[in-house]
Amino acid sequence: MEKAYQVDKNKVVISMKGIVKKFDNLLVNDHIDLTVHKGEIHAILGENGAGKSTLMNILYGLAKPNSGEIIVKGKAVPIESPKHAIELGIGMVHQHFMLVQPFTVTENIILGMETLNGIVLDIKSAKKKVLEISQKYGLKVDPDAKIEDISVGMQQRVEILKVLYRGADILILDEPTASLTIAEINELIEIMNHLAADGKSIILITHKLKEIKASADYCTIIRQGKYIKTVKVDEVEENHLASMMVGRELVYEVDKKPMLPGKTVIDIKNLHAKDYRGVEILKGLNLMVRQGEIVGLIGVDGNGQTELIEILTGLLRGESGDVIMNGESIFNAEPKQVFDKGVSSIPADRQKHGLILEYSVADNLILQNYNQKPFSQKGILQRNEIEKYAEELIEKFDIRPKDSVNKPVGQLSGGNQQKVIIAREVTNDKDLLIAVNPTRGLDVGAIAFVHKYIVEQRNKKKAVLLVSFELDEIMSLSDRIEVIFDGQITGSVSGDDADENTLGLLMAGGKLNE
Amino acid sequence: MNKKRSILSNHAFYLLIAIILGFLAGAIMLLAVGVSPITAYGKLLESVFSRPKFIVWSMNYATPLILTGLAVAFSFKMGVFNIGAEGQFVVGSMAACAVGVLVDVPAVLHVPLCILAAISAGAAWALIVAYLKIKRGINEVLSFIMFNWIAFYLSNFMVNLKVMHKVNNREATKNVLDSARIFFPENVRDILGCSSANYGFILAIILAVIIWFILKKTTLGYTICAVGYNINAAKYCGIHTNRITLTAIGISGGLAGLGGAVQLLGMTGRLSKFAGQEGFGFQGITVALIGASNPIGCIFSGLFYGAMKYGGSKLSLIDVPTEIVDIIMGMIILLIGVSYTLKSDFLKRVIKKEAE
Repeated sequence: MEKAYQVDKNKVVISMKGIVKKFDNLLVNDHIDLTVHKGEIHAILGENGAGKSTLMNILYGLAKPNSGEIIVKGKAVPIESPKHAIELGIGMVHQHFMLVQPFTVTENIILGMETLNGIVLDIKSAKKKVLEISQKYGLKVDPDAKIEDISVGMQQRVEILKVLYRGADILILDEPTASLTIAEINELIEIMNHLAADGKSIILITHKLKEIKASADYCTIIRQGKYIKTVKVDEVEENHLASMMVGRELVYEVDKKPMLPGKTVIDIKNLHAKDYRGVEILKGLNLMVRQGEIVGLIGVDGNGQTELIEILTGLLRGESGDVIMNGESIFNAEPKQVFDKGVSSIPADRQKHGLILEYSVADNLILQNYNQKPFSQKGILQRNEIEKYAEELIEKFDIRPKDSVNKPVGQLSGGNQQKVIIAREVTNDKDLLIAVNPTRGLDVGAIAFVHKYIVEQRNKKKAVLLVSFELDEIMSLSDRIEVIFDGQITGSVSGDDADENTLGLLMAGGKLNE
Repeated sequence: MNKKRSILSNHAFYLLIAIILGFLAGAIMLLAVGVSPITAYGKLLESVFSRPKFIVWSMNYATPLILTGLAVAFSFKMGVFNIGAEGQFVVGSMAACAVGVLVDVPAVLHVPLCILAAISAGAAWALIVAYLKIKRGINEVLSFIMFNWIAFYLSNFMVNLKVMHKVNNREATKNVLDSARIFFPENVRDILGCSSANYGFILAIILAVIIWFILKKTTLGYTICAVGYNINAAKYCGIHTNRITLTAIGISGGLAGLGGAVQLLGMTGRLSKFAGQEGFGFQGITVALIGASNPIGCIFSGLFYGAMKYGGSKLSLIDVPTEIVDIIMGMIILLIGVSYTLKSDFLKRVIKKEAE
């Protein structure tokens, strides 16, 4: 049993009491309490739609509560606007960065509070101040680089710097690791520790248990808008946190029976390709996936996995090499041909490639099959058939809300949008399923769901190529793990033998047995 | 409360406000030039509604606008802005005029031949632009505008050709042969009291319904809208986006070209030398916007614009500048644009209020 959460009155910087927020008749926050101390990393854990973002929007002045009290540093204040929140020392780093791409790092940081020298922008002293803060907390950035040229991890550090530059001592980080690589996540955790050690308070919104365990001191759990509990993180187990979050015991183990791989489904031979800048990014890559196996492809972002997937799905032209699918070449084929030859895929960016957000759930479910019977006949769409089919899949794949057949898919939550794609691709039942970061941004419940269907495809003797930045996901699902580095496969490990250190070494370009 | 919300989320509500405010703005302009708005608007209404034949005339004016409106609305659905409807309209009338003057066959063949030529010309004109967009990545808006001017001068060139222009008059072509006209039978025209009453309006309505059907009910419409909403996903899911782009732009151009044919075969009967662009294509943009890119909506917005144009043409009789019509229409478009922003703002406020 974990001990009750101790409030130390002298150190409390934020205290939210009985926060209630309604949208229409939907109770999004139902009497939520939150207490944050100085120098503390406080995680807020909850499923998608649990109300954690709303709570933070209230704290940051983006939304007003229907009732409840917010006390910031001892004073009860209604927070009117983000500007007001910043004045109170509260800063927020949003999940989707709000940076001006062609501007430099410094320009972005000072945007909206430029220091002037007469009437001229005083970039020099601004840059100096930026460098000071960045060195103090180990936030490595290049103040003169343009945002469009720097990595996602550095962009995030710029966002954090932006907040610190405005004098914030309470930082809200909304899903900060969603688009980071493993190394970048570790770096972020280090930065958070730095900040906390210096007396800054951090509120971390996330649904990744592992990161909470690795970084947070306390964790407040919210479920369906209700306050569940605040716990001391090192006194609870990960799976206990998870079950408090979803309200039931979670079964993590996937039903993966031992299986001998069958014949080769896809064989990628000596693939060479250039990226959009014309730089060679795939340098003779070889990879094959057989029936009844999940091959996990892992690597640091930018080593060619994006281009590989684009070639396999027909979006990008390769330079040379071959891709053999069931004995036939699909190298540089159109997406339609690729699909017809037996490749289905769960794209990395579901809103860009996977779905048409304005289209209904039903219309999204037939994106590849709209011109086949029974969905259409002689070029005329058969609405009844389409809706019937959609209703079946909504039921089978538990897409919520249940009555969303004719709702635009953009109105669904991220997890349910992903379920729509999974439903479509799994039902297509092709010989090869390519899944790219299939659980990005999803909560534990939805992740388990996605994993179940990926493994089920394998159990049905289909081939699965899983590409993911989540090491855990790769390790728990894959029968074989292939590491991509600098445009080539540099290592192959059996799923059972894989450990983080070996994979980390391979991903950094190291070799086995050296 | 929900009633309030459903009103606030309805396009028609904002349209109505935009139209009212547009007329108010027009009234201010009229006052500024010393004309009583009541007199002017009274004349406008009278010129459209006081006699049945005026209504028929308004419908005649509306016909080409409905067709160019459909052309633009259709292109919007695919995410392309067919600002080149003007040029497609012009080449459509050129084709119809050439076939109408030079080919001598019975009416049963002649009319379809003229119309087919116009549709093909409009489609081809648009397809060149679409091809440049797909193969060379040239922004379609730029090439559409340039092709408008090419069509403009090409038309003047054609008027100047010896086989086309009237004897001793290089300002206009010969009239198309009677077998190519699309007038109603003489007795019907007499009853309607309109010498130019023609089948064009019926054709436009049929086309609007066909376009609506294509967009709503067919796989072609499904793919066109998919490309319009999210070309990346459409491509990823195996839709041949280039082919769809070509098809849709071709259809859009064909519609504008048909507009040109209908105007020529139903109204003018010949091409005259242009001094400036006639604007049927540009007015189609207005029609599409007022009709919210809905094909059926285009019928009504086309009728509205047609009536305004016809009524407006009578304003000069009482010394009111006819340009007032363009000012009002321009204001309405501006206000519709503003209303998209206001709409989300209003809705947010109402939802907020309800929540409190």
